[in-house]
Amino acid sequence: MSERTERMPSQRQRPRTDSTVLSVDDLTVTIGTRRGPARAVAGVSWQVRQGETFALVGESGSGKSMTLLAATGLAPRAATVTGRVRLLDHELTALPDDRRRRLRGRHVGFVFQDPMTSLNPVLPVGRQVTEAAEEHLGLTRRAARDRAVELLELVGIPSAARRVDAYPHQFSGGMRQRVAIAMALACEPDLLIADEPTTALDVTTQAQIIELVADLQARLGTAVVWVTHDLGVVAGIADTVAVMYGGRIVEQGPVDGVFDTPTHQYTRALLAARPDPSRRGEDLVAIPGAPPSPLDLPPGCAFWPRCPVRADPRCEHELPPLTPVGDGHTVRTFYRGEAG
Amino acid sequence: MSDDTPDVIAELDDLAVHFPTPAGTVRAVDGVTLAVHRGETLGLVGESGSGKSTAGLALLRLVDPSAGRVRVAGADVTRWSRRRLRATRRHVAMVFQDPQASLDPRRTVGDSIAEPLVVHRLATSRTARRERVAELLDLVGLRADTAGRHPHELSGGQRQRVGVARALAGEPDLIVLDEPIASLDLSVQAQIMNLLRRLQRDLGLTYLFIAHDLAAVEHMSDRIAVMYLGRIVETGPPERIYRRPAHPYTAALLSAVPVADPRVERQRRRIVLTGDIPSPVDPPSGCRFRTRCPQARPACAETDPALAEVGPGHEAACLFPLDGERDGSPGEEGGATDRADIAGTA
Repeated sequence: MSERTERMPSQRQRPRTDSTVLSVDDLTVTIGTRRGPARAVAGVSWQVRQGETFALVGESGSGKSMTLLAATGLAPRAATVTGRVRLLDHELTALPDDRRRRLRGRHVGFVFQDPMTSLNPVLPVGRQVTEAAEEHLGLTRRAARDRAVELLELVGIPSAARRVDAYPHQFSGGMRQRVAIAMALACEPDLLIADEPTTALDVTTQAQIIELVADLQARLGTAVVWVTHDLGVVAGIADTVAVMYGGRIVEQGPVDGVFDTPTHQYTRALLAARPDPSRRGEDLVAIPGAPPSPLDLPPGCAFWPRCPVRADPRCEHELPPLTPVGDGHTVRTFYRGEAG
Repeated sequence: MSDDTPDVIAELDDLAVHFPTPAGTVRAVDGVTLAVHRGETLGLVGESGSGKSTAGLALLRLVDPSAGRVRVAGADVTRWSRRRLRATRRHVAMVFQDPQASLDPRRTVGDSIAEPLVVHRLATSRTARRERVAELLDLVGLRADTAGRHPHELSGGQRQRVGVARALAGEPDLIVLDEPIASLDLSVQAQIMNLLRRLQRDLGLTYLFIAHDLAAVEHMSDRIAVMYLGRIVETGPPERIYRRPAHPYTAALLSAVPVADPRVERQRRRIVLTGDIPSPVDPPSGCRFRTRCPQARPACAETDPALAEVGPGHEAACLFPLDGERDGSPGEEGGATDRADIAGTA
């Protein structure tokens, strides 16, 4: 057992080209409910390039997960999705379901919070890891098994050749998430979508999974979209970040810009609400109230009812436009005094 | 706490909680000694499987100890009957992680809060109960008319406030808080932490704060105990634990916590532990952390280290405790490399 004190691979060293893998343009998702239409996502636009990690951060109900589901054609039936989504050279939104499903299977890997979402409890993990690859890459059973061992080794499962026949329940939570990542990578996807993949894990296991994804990304050049509520995780993994609140992106840009000069009051409040060891004994800067319901969103900025500043009265009634404030850094607010 | 000898409000003495399972005996808590001092917040941290929640449940005798003693307010309650325990439960209350699960969905918030009042005969008339419920709701920052609502009508933060109000109903001295903010949104966590601290000040409460969120524990606690695989591996004041962790597990745990600053994250060296926490059915010989410890030496397999003093009020259960600052000091990273060399030769 040896110590691995490693640096996180620097974002700067990752293979990076300007080829956009996924672009989402003016995406809106409305879900019909018994209590009326819920506007889960409204006018969201972002893109992720090869070798880049894009983080979508927000609290429950912010629309971050629904954005991903809708972007990849996995929104629930009750949802009405508008806007344009491009995956590589394909206009996903213009394609029939089966074409879209094939493209998704071939080019996109998914990792969810609970690895059992993607794992079948009654099949050996090896079979599952390459199930999709058998179909999409036309592998034989024999070749698929070899590939499964290779993939399990790649994600750091010890004694992979033996463990390939084990069942999901014989793995710990962290190891199961590794298996789910192996499965997501089986088709060598151009895009890896990770929806809160470390939220259910302990911090030491989370650190292992973050290292693993960063390492795989550096080697394979995969574009990664990582959904999380944890600003610390964002700071560690992301090149660019979008902060969502009430179904909209309120602030977006390179991770350094957003963390150095957070400009939307919500972003600033989120960063300020974390305990700070240098201010032990003081009250935390809490945000009053609770996030809004997608059934009952305010007309202007969704954060207005909880906003500690409320300096520009237009924010209450008018939707502020996304305005550039720095290099690739945009903010949805009228008020920008005292920022940065 | 001006006195030198702390007033112990509750304690676990060499406590073990073992659960028989088909796979063998799970040693969830395996020799834990822990005293909660009146007026303090004692933070109990550890990852899943560390036994921290079981230790908290044992303090309330909500699980039965297999060995060792549980003392509450000076009385040895280890073998007390359920009925006799009911009286202590008034003095020791609990707040759970998921208020959704701990509140009866069919009862109104007022009825849930009033239940301890009925059980402990603290308010016998309906009017007295209603008044007391309104008082408790006010204490936790909820409007009196919340009493008539059902849990599903409330937000997560409001539900957790109800959970706190219910815990306060018996006028407890000690509240065991088991992951009270873990299922709340970040913007709401700060509200609940502020509320808990205000209540502690105003009502003179003592807390056992059980959590895996190390930043929250640091903020809330006067003292901290770190658990790993059924044992306490380190205890001390937060400024010692976070600045100069002596146990390699504590150091690894702290280094794994992400910081909301991209530059810090890019520079930092994580001590990434290999492998998983071993099975509590068959813990390793000697030090339980040695199978994952970057600093393990042959002696660690032989000797099961006891907690020993490494600084003022600071104890660690390690044969080769670390000695040095963690963050911000340039010497720290060099130190880690030296230790890695030692591990390499072990």
